[in-house]
Amino acid sequence: MGKVIGERVLRKEDTRFLTGKGRYTDDLNRPNQAYAYVLRSPMAHAKIASIDTEDAKQADGVLAVLTGKDHADAGFGGLPCGWLIHNKDGSPMHEPPHPSLVADRVRHVGDNVAVVIAETKAQAKAAAQMIMVDYEELPVVPDITAAIADGAPKVWDDTPVGNRCYDWHIGEKDPTDAAFAKAKHVVSIDLVNQRLIPNAMEPRAAIGEYDPSTDDHTLWTTSQNPHLIRLLIGAFTMQIPEHKLRIIAPDVGGGFGSKIYHYAEEVLVLWASKVVGRPVKWTAERSESFITDAHGRDHISHAELAIDDKGKFLGLRVSTKANMGAYLSTFASAVPTYLYGTLLSGVYVIPAIYAEVEAVFTNTTAVDAYRGAGRPEATYLLERLVTKAARELGIDEVELRRRNVIQPDQFPYQTPVALEYDVGEFEKCLDVALEQVDYANFEKRREEAKSRGMLRGIGMSLYVEACGLAPSALAGAIGARAGLYESGTIRVNPTGNVTVFTGTHSHGQGHETTFAQLVADQLGIPVESVEVKHGDTSNTAFGMGSYGSRSLPVGGSALWKAGEKIIAKGRKIAAHILEASVDDVEFVDGEFRVKGTDKKMLFAEVAFSAYVPHNYPLEELEPGLEESAFYDPKNFTFPGGCHVVEVEIDPETGVTKVVDVAVADDVGKVINPMIVDGQIHGGLAQGIGQALLEHAKYDEQGQLLTGSYMTYTMPRAADFPFFKVGNHVTHCTHNPLGSKGCGEVGAIGVPPAVINAVINALEPEGVTDIEMPATPERVWRALNEAKKA
Amino acid sequence: MPTIKLTVNAKPVTMEVEARTLLVDLIREHLKLTGTHVGCDTSQCGACVVMVGGQSVKSCSMLAVEADGQDVTTIEGMAKNGELHPLQKAFHENHGLQCGFCTPGVVISASDLLKKNPSPDEGQIREWLEGNICRCTGYHNIVKAVQQCADEMKGGA
Ligand code: FES
Ligand code: FES
Repeated sequence: MGKVIGERVLRKEDTRFLTGKGRYTDDLNRPNQAYAYVLRSPMAHAKIASIDTEDAKQADGVLAVLTGKDHADAGFGGLPCGWLIHNKDGSPMHEPPHPSLVADRVRHVGDNVAVVIAETKAQAKAAAQMIMVDYEELPVVPDITAAIADGAPKVWDDTPVGNRCYDWHIGEKDPTDAAFAKAKHVVSIDLVNQRLIPNAMEPRAAIGEYDPSTDDHTLWTTSQNPHLIRLLIGAFTMQIPEHKLRIIAPDVGGGFGSKIYHYAEEVLVLWASKVVGRPVKWTAERSESFITDAHGRDHISHAELAIDDKGKFLGLRVSTKANMGAYLSTFASAVPTYLYGTLLSGVYVIPAIYAEVEAVFTNTTAVDAYRGAGRPEATYLLERLVTKAARELGIDEVELRRRNVIQPDQFPYQTPVALEYDVGEFEKCLDVALEQVDYANFEKRREEAKSRGMLRGIGMSLYVEACGLAPSALAGAIGARAGLYESGTIRVNPTGNVTVFTGTHSHGQGHETTFAQLVADQLGIPVESVEVKHGDTSNTAFGMGSYGSRSLPVGGSALWKAGEKIIAKGRKIAAHILEASVDDVEFVDGEFRVKGTDKKMLFAEVAFSAYVPHNYPLEELEPGLEESAFYDPKNFTFPGGCHVVEVEIDPETGVTKVVDVAVADDVGKVINPMIVDGQIHGGLAQGIGQALLEHAKYDEQGQLLTGSYMTYTMPRAADFPFFKVGNHVTHCTHNPLGSKGCGEVGAIGVPPAVINAVINALEPEGVTDIEMPATPERVWRALNEAKKA
Repeated sequence: MPTIKLTVNAKPVTMEVEARTLLVDLIREHLKLTGTHVGCDTSQCGACVVMVGGQSVKSCSMLAVEADGQDVTTIEGMAKNGELHPLQKAFHENHGLQCGFCTPGVVISASDLLKKNPSPDEGQIREWLEGNICRCTGYHNIVKAVQQCADEMKGGA
């Protein structure tokens, strides 16, 4: 009992998931429920000349067919973007409309054209095929290169410049140019950070239910942030007042960013439930997920690093083009700007940085935050560049990193790109990771591999990320349309057990255990006595949800604050009952004790007294023991670390095998090491997936070529070895827990380490560059090109 | 509509189903056993794996009528008398699940492996799980859980 922070407590949520009793949205069925099927555009870009729904309306079981015109007539607003970015000249970004059903023009394959409501799923789907849509094809902009080409067709007719959403910059140009002017060496690189599809294993789903007798609306949805969805539906898309709108995100099968956003189907089921007077359920088929869940990454960049004669970095210049897709998803505009440009200093002292980002529209699915969001792109660019610099300068890459890494005595460290890192010992992380992988003996392993005809390579990356989104004042100053605090409530029940409500959401992260440990430790009660509730706007105060590795550093801190209030009130109660002064009552090991006496009350006794008060001085002491807190962080948190990867490549087939992954992460104070390691494993798998396997690829017509698990390569168990997860922890200096967040580190740090390792393996054969994903075909071709050269 | 008779989690079931009904729909929609999940529409993800006649099967790629006369076990039938199956226990102890969506399929699939090969090595476990996609765990703790379970079952035998 009591001290459980840092313990490997097994998860409370496991039993229901392991016995098939989890309750995901599609597992729920409402009485008299009908089903929705969304008709989606098969074309990437076309005018809707006409749409005929008559046959569909007559089809078996059909209750309603709704189109873009009906949507416009209903007066609904579009799906909003939550972050306003300004162009270099100070003007706002271009923000196109984003209706939940389009009326006149489709802009990507999967765009929502109509929705059919029927008695059964099969009937709704069959009727949707009977809707006659007359499309007039328009020229397609399938990717960034096409979007920025001279005379490119326009995705939106009214974008002022080409297909530009915004052109943004950060840092200072002149000092950076000056740094390059005096540099001894300039190393440059061109990179593609390819488009990915998040692929949470649970497809999105939603159930809308309207009760005319009370005017209450309820939406069950696969969301990482139910309150945010309520806010967006209330304020923007449907104007349903919040007190009449309840959002429930029950068990959710993974998110990784893709379930942050407000999606059209959430509007459609709520709307439809009102139209047909019955609950309406929609569940995505996986092929719909591929074309409608927000995608991730999709950058093309050029970068240059200026270095002096001693191998010290002087300046960094970056130019990035980022693909937004056809519409701006909820957080899309923030990803290639404030989650990317601000991280370009990485773990290094780089005195001058200037980065420009041009975001463009294309006829593709919207791109938004996916695990890491902007930070993997920044890390990939910098760590590829640093390794390339080491190679070109003939300096060992570990040595080059040591020469430039921010030293512990330099914190707080103000970067030239807006962030102030509070703490970190990145070089120690490097030492730990290199030790784990036995770096010193790598060349022997390379030789041994060579004797088997295999090419072995080692690669590394150092990274830092900004997490714990977000200090509201700072976020507001840089364009966020919301603050990003978090709330928490601790309700102490009369017999001393505790119900905890958090505004964050758990969709695999194990909050029901971690937060229980946190509160149990603080209040000195057993973990079993704490129950954590989340995911229902009717039972928690406002919350911003879970993304950006914010749940523990921000949501956990809110709970900690609430716990402090509980203790403060408990001391008052104990003082009253024990007839002592409040100042003399201390809370130690779960007991309220009067200093210097043997008088004390157990936590449970105080709780009981709070609910059965007989003689409370009511002016000073209210009955009950329940406290809430909102916590707004003072700064971002900065997890960081080092990832080292070893690969073996078969030159005959081009197949790359990851043979060793050793990481040393600093995620700050750890509450449950088992859960943290699990988060790191998952992130690593997604990062290695990006480096070697995954690619969302469109053809010239804007058709997604990788639209199923037959063509989009998901990582499987045999793609990985066991991961060696080490750490070197420093504590966040500005939140009460000292925690920094761990959800994204794996996906951020590892892709450049993998690619650096692949290049390291191929270098003796004359290959010096390879793009992600380094598929067998790409590797094989690179080897053969090099042979020819 | 054809009538089928089968045993699901040791309970006899007799039912009229449309001929085109998939086994997974029978399980989820008709029998309300929602522990079996649907994660894809191309028979790749393995979220829907159940045991049919002693073999692990992707229930999204089998018709309900094909299960006529068979013995079906879903994740809900793994625990016996309130006791978790050793694999369920091992997944819990090794943190072999996060969001839990892939978990029922993975556990059933792994149980089939251990029946066929009580002492699989790491590589065999990883190869066997080829048909089960997990996006959360990086498979690390899934493989550990299966290893631990295999070791314990050996110890117990
Ligand atoms: S649902 Fe994906 S394999 Fe059956
Ligand atoms: S635990 Fe989430 S997909 Fe496997």
